[in-house]
Amino acid sequence: MTFETVIGLEVHAQLQTQSKMFCGCATEFGLPANTRTCPVCLGLPGALPVVNKHAVEMAVRTGLALNCTVRTTNQFARKNYFYPDLPKGYQVSQYDRPICEHGWLELQANGTSKKVRIRRAHLEEDAGKNIHADAGSLVDLNRAGTPLIEIVTEPDMRSADEVVSYLKSLRDVLMYIGVCDGNMEQGSLRCEPNLSLRPVGSDELGTKVELKNINSFKFVKDAIEYEIKRQTKVLSEGGTIIQETRLWDIERNQTAVMRSKEEAHDYRYFPDPDLVPLVISEEWIEELQATIQELPRDRHRRFLHDYGLPDYDAGVLTSSRALADYFEACVTLFAEPKLISNFLMSEFLRELHQAGTTVESSPVSPERLVGLLQLVHDHTISLKVAKEIFPELYAGDKSAAQLVEEKGLRQLSDEGELLSLIDAVIEQHPAQVAQYRGGKGTVIGFLVGQAMKRSGGKANPQKVNALFKTRLSP
Amino acid sequence: MSLVKCTLKELQDRFTRGDVSAVEIVRAYFLRISVVESKVKAYITLNDKETLLSQAEALDHALSAWRKTEPMMAMPIAVKDNICTEGLPTTCGSRILGGFVPPYSATAVDALLAQQYFLIGKTNLDEFGMGSSTEYSAFGASRNPWNLSHVPGGSSGGSAAAVAADECVAALGTDTGGSIRQPAACCGVVGLKPTYGRVSRYGLIAFASSLDQIGPITKDVMDAALMLNVLAGHDARDSTSADKAVPDFTRVFKKKDVKKLKIGVPLEFFAEGLDEEVYDAVGEALAVLEDLGGTMEEVSLPHTGVAVATYYIVATAEASSNLARYDGVKYGFRAKESSDLLEMYRTTRQEGFGQEVKRRIMLGTYALSSGYYDAYYAKAQAVRTLIREDFDRVFQDVDLLVTPVMPTPAFQLGEKIEDPLQMYLSDLYTISASLAGVPAISLPCGFSRKGLPIGMQILGRPFEEDVVLRAARAYELATDWRKKRPRIR
Repeated sequence: MTFETVIGLEVHAQLQTQSKMFCGCATEFGLPANTRTCPVCLGLPGALPVVNKHAVEMAVRTGLALNCTVRTTNQFARKNYFYPDLPKGYQVSQYDRPICEHGWLELQANGTSKKVRIRRAHLEEDAGKNIHADAGSLVDLNRAGTPLIEIVTEPDMRSADEVVSYLKSLRDVLMYIGVCDGNMEQGSLRCEPNLSLRPVGSDELGTKVELKNINSFKFVKDAIEYEIKRQTKVLSEGGTIIQETRLWDIERNQTAVMRSKEEAHDYRYFPDPDLVPLVISEEWIEELQATIQELPRDRHRRFLHDYGLPDYDAGVLTSSRALADYFEACVTLFAEPKLISNFLMSEFLRELHQAGTTVESSPVSPERLVGLLQLVHDHTISLKVAKEIFPELYAGDKSAAQLVEEKGLRQLSDEGELLSLIDAVIEQHPAQVAQYRGGKGTVIGFLVGQAMKRSGGKANPQKVNALFKTRLSP
Repeated sequence: MSLVKCTLKELQDRFTRGDVSAVEIVRAYFLRISVVESKVKAYITLNDKETLLSQAEALDHALSAWRKTEPMMAMPIAVKDNICTEGLPTTCGSRILGGFVPPYSATAVDALLAQQYFLIGKTNLDEFGMGSSTEYSAFGASRNPWNLSHVPGGSSGGSAAAVAADECVAALGTDTGGSIRQPAACCGVVGLKPTYGRVSRYGLIAFASSLDQIGPITKDVMDAALMLNVLAGHDARDSTSADKAVPDFTRVFKKKDVKKLKIGVPLEFFAEGLDEEVYDAVGEALAVLEDLGGTMEEVSLPHTGVAVATYYIVATAEASSNLARYDGVKYGFRAKESSDLLEMYRTTRQEGFGQEVKRRIMLGTYALSSGYYDAYYAKAQAVRTLIREDFDRVFQDVDLLVTPVMPTPAFQLGEKIEDPLQMYLSDLYTISASLAGVPAISLPCGFSRKGLPIGMQILGRPFEEDVVLRAARAYELATDWRKKRPRIR
């Protein structure tokens, strides 16, 4: 029997607010344990939560970007369970009245695109961290109370590739609208797939397994593919799948049982009586809608259409809002999209990467970068020279034109000078000249190369090529 | 007159005029405490006398140049021990908070602090406010100053007993299902539960968040108004606190009658189970109110019969979650020598909580459990809405409701401790106002043949504490009950 894989995804994204979900503590990380805490996030007796308006705004904007309906009246609920990193013994989350519902997001896989339905997106607070030391276990509550948005899809994905693509699209959207830094390794974005198999053609859902501990795109793919194989084997051998939560084991490249359905918590959700229902007016939603600019998928399409870029280029450039903005700033100054795109995707990103910096803090402004590419376009310098001097342009504050002048890198285009170079090459390499004349056209490459070498790389290669051809024509 | 016999208003006036110094006030109250506290046992923690004396000296010195006072300045006030006071242990009457000293004060306490009040001490209560007699306190029961073999009521029994025994001039209590009003009635003092949202809950250690309210316990109605003037107001730290204007609640006292007020008498509150003496006393009080110009009308609150059941689901459900934080991890009591985390949780909570608290945590956990939620918690919430609608409806017609506070006068120590259901029923008349969130005051309206105080309850529309206070004050001035004081022996 062949099986179809059915996957739904829960993603927790950490919202980039200045302060925590229900108190004024800063959301900074890497600080000494328990230094970003107060009575509220420590769960001290008598302390009460107050909703962070910015977190609500970010959640609404996320919902809007994911084509969701925003609930005008939504409610926080308590999820009750005991764990040392959960100071109140419950997590404030949302249950039957989440802030956003019924959206969708498009993914691209295997050359086609597909809409994944989003069931809900809700606000909640993060827990702290348990640290296991020799002397015993310690608790750091700096992270406790950090705002999260949990985004839950319908079981609409059918392969690991689709999940990875969905996740990348989601990350792009969240980063684009500035609500999450998208860092999976550091836990700003966490995903938990629910996976089940069913016979091809069946409409019923099989027993699902929830996967946890997946903190990179690679692990997402590996864990899902492993789990598909495991479940296929169980079912093919006539076994049944047990509803359980399994952890991805990075060392062994396999999933292992964390807890079964019987051990699952009864969270005893109920509306949090400390928080009145959150009312979001239509006006507020409209205001927030206006802050959401073009999303990656739409911009990608526009780049294909307006700039005639290949799909690959449009994909790379729109993967981050800052890069797409930078590209468009360049194109406004200089209407050579493909030349700009090539240079941004190679030299520019490489240089940023090496310096460990971001597009936003690039020391090279679009003006200076365009200045360089204009010199290439009007043949003042070759692309090769442009690439060579880019690190200097990046490191200093001179314009490209200044650098070219100072270094005498201006391309040699004067016909007279070029002809004397060419004549010298012809004189030196009579054998190759004879070959060319004898009909072996490829030799011209060697001859042009020699001329370039003599010019110290400054000769205009297209011109040299053309001049050789006239010179050597019968 | 002895300083400790003064009402808050009288003491304020004497201090404002400079007839009495802050030091004299502190001395007088500590002397009184040294005489009666061993009998009454109102306090769990007394503030340090020397610390208060040096504060008092500094205050007197500062005022010697220019006497500019504030209403609560130098007023010796007790605070129920489930309200956080920075630097002074706050126990909730429970072992589980052993050693916990709050690093912050409740908003209500901050309001008193801002006027330089004197925190005399932290008063006894049923553990986490769960009880009607203070017998469920881990620190032992308080006594009724009118008869030491009787309970002072609860859960704010310590506060009510302290006010009745002149061990403070006024006290803060908290009310979840009657915990201010019922002990006030037991001890012959005045207890006001403000409208839900009127006083900030920030720093009040939660029993049931949707019901808990802080309010004053005082010697008379005037004092309750003076206290509410300081306590009431919106607090940005409490999302459930109401953003409503706060009037001067003493302003309504210009009127010494209840003319033009329609007073409803809900039949369900005078039915079977009501002690005859209480029935008679409240009946006579109604006659006094009528003499004062009120119009009487029989009304019906048809869902009264299910209020107790509703309350014990809503309140315990919230409590089961509110008390989850006492797990031995962060503060308070932790059981010794556990081999693993689960055992640490189990033994800490087993040893740290008393019987009644554990009973309510179990009830609440059950009510919220998967499969039972709809039958219990959701149903109780639906009934709560019906109860609220009962009040909305009658308040379209009448301005106030008058009822008994509890079915009997204060019962004897030990009388109901083994019978939780009987204990729960002593809150019968106070629970409805809590579920509906409306303001209600308890004030003395007579004495039983055994010499125990009897209380009446006046309820009003949400945020109409002023109307409630006006009627209560008019009644108080027309009668002499407040002048009778207990002899502690």
